[in-house]
Amino acid sequence: MSATAEAVTSSAAAFSPVADAVIDCDLKKVFYGDFLAVRDSRLPIEKGKITGFIGPSGCGKSTVLRSLNRMNDLIPTFRFEGHVKYHGQDVYGKKVDPVVVRRYIGMVFQQPNPFSMSIYDNVAFGLRLNRFKGDMDERVQKALERSALWNEVKDKLSNSGLSLSGGQQQRLCIARAIATEPDVLLMDEPCSALDPIATRQVEELMLELKERYTVALVTHNMQQAMRVADTTAFFGVDISAGGRTGYLVEMGETKQIFEDPQEQLTKQYVAGEFS
Amino acid sequence: MASNPFKNAASASTVSGPPSGGDYLADSVFRTVALTCAALIVVLILYILWEIGGLAVPAMAQHGLGFVSGTSWNVSQEEFGVLPEIWGTLYSSLLALVLGGVFGVAIAIFLTQDFIHARLAAVFRTIVELLAAIPSVVYGLWGIYVVIPLLRPGAEWLHQHLGFIPLFGTELSGPGLAPAALVLAIMILPTVAAISVDAFRRIPYKVKEAAYGMGTTRWEAILKVMLPTASSGILAALVLGFGRALGETMALAMLIGNSNQINLSLFAPANTLASLLASSFPEAGQVEVQALMYAAVVLLVITLIVNIAGLAIQQYTVRKFEGKT
Repeated sequence: MSATAEAVTSSAAAFSPVADAVIDCDLKKVFYGDFLAVRDSRLPIEKGKITGFIGPSGCGKSTVLRSLNRMNDLIPTFRFEGHVKYHGQDVYGKKVDPVVVRRYIGMVFQQPNPFSMSIYDNVAFGLRLNRFKGDMDERVQKALERSALWNEVKDKLSNSGLSLSGGQQQRLCIARAIATEPDVLLMDEPCSALDPIATRQVEELMLELKERYTVALVTHNMQQAMRVADTTAFFGVDISAGGRTGYLVEMGETKQIFEDPQEQLTKQYVAGEFS
Repeated sequence: MASNPFKNAASASTVSGPPSGGDYLADSVFRTVALTCAALIVVLILYILWEIGGLAVPAMAQHGLGFVSGTSWNVSQEEFGVLPEIWGTLYSSLLALVLGGVFGVAIAIFLTQDFIHARLAAVFRTIVELLAAIPSVVYGLWGIYVVIPLLRPGAEWLHQHLGFIPLFGTELSGPGLAPAALVLAIMILPTVAAISVDAFRRIPYKVKEAAYGMGTTRWEAILKVMLPTASSGILAALVLGFGRALGETMALAMLIGNSNQINLSLFAPANTLASLLASSFPEAGQVEVQALMYAAVVLLVITLIVNIAGLAIQQYTVRKFEGKT
């Protein structure tokens, strides 16, 4: 790993985590076709913590997140320079099947996207996929309890997942993602389609989840990052090259990013001068 | 002209105002025309039922339900029974539905799940839909001159080696269920494929993302997520395909053998209601015409029952999987 020093071209010092980094992500250049979407973003995702990604629209925070479990592979024109290592193993290695990556690194999306099947089957989906042989009912119940949905759905587990309200659907998707207890959970603006009450529930859930999992959270909402993230990465948009290229401006303890930002751009952003 | 109670509330420079009298007139004219068209469909169906039913009444009174359970069609003795035709209609359509359904859905998956480039998929889709433009008499000729000779060696082998299975219990003498069902399957293929393609296309991208995000392989994503999500649309496709198969006339009249028998064997000749109607009408006397009208009513009833049952199943899956009421 010789990329440590030269990867960070922004003036801020590279963030070096206290705890073990579960994911070592160093994206030098990310392209969609010819379009340079993200450059120079080196982020260690720490074990057992919530890492928040903040920044204005189009700053590439979702792109970075989706690179971590190879969801970007669904986009044919996606390519990148750099590396993503998960427990020291190259996620994009030649012999690595993206399917395997996604089984260890789960994901919750911006829009609730339950499958059109029963609530129970939604949560059991990943368990069945991984040929889980144990007590399915117990696992499903546990996942629904952890996602704070159990009390609302315990009497109608055979109803369709799509019959729930938006906030319930999102918590169902979280239950679906955590039922298999993946090592890392990626959350891409999980609250953007939710009302304040549901948002609060999901945030409380995140704080509970970090006891057991590592969470990476993209959010458009600075207050949310302040409330739940241990570490915060701030992304900016560089329009100097003509396009809109996102890059990592600064990363650090959440407290430091919001109270004592080192970069001018971060200062302006957390002061609410642009969004 | 509608009254405008907000006339005085508006500021001087506003361009907001009520719709004109013409707008309201166009609105109500459109509504009336649409309503009339919709009502005409219902009237037409009722009228057809009434007319055919009326012509069939004498036969109904004479033969009663024995017509449905009878197995011989003997004009000279005025013996009329359509059980073999009902059997042939359902059997051939079911075989065609299984074949055409499997291939139609497979084609839909192939065309929509990123197996080939989108532009190529559009070309393929057009070609499949062109199958619907071929006249059924051409299908019939093709069946006689191509499909039957093609099936013969395989059918002989199956009969010789697996003849103990009722499905292969007879020899293929020429026209019969197997060639008829095969051609019928090809005829309903475009219907099933086109509607299934639409069902798969309607699945939002986020569902695909969710599936891959859970760590499914492509096959698991299609089988465990995309298919159930598209199931109500696919069921609609199958119902329409089955309906088409039930009513198909010309190709079947040429291929099925027009033989009044009930036989499980795929290679035996059989008959269908539509084929019976088409081949018997030209030379039918008054009594037989009445019997044929009765047969037409039976066919109509079968088609209606199948469609209603199909729709009911489809509605059930919509409620079950999509949570809509």
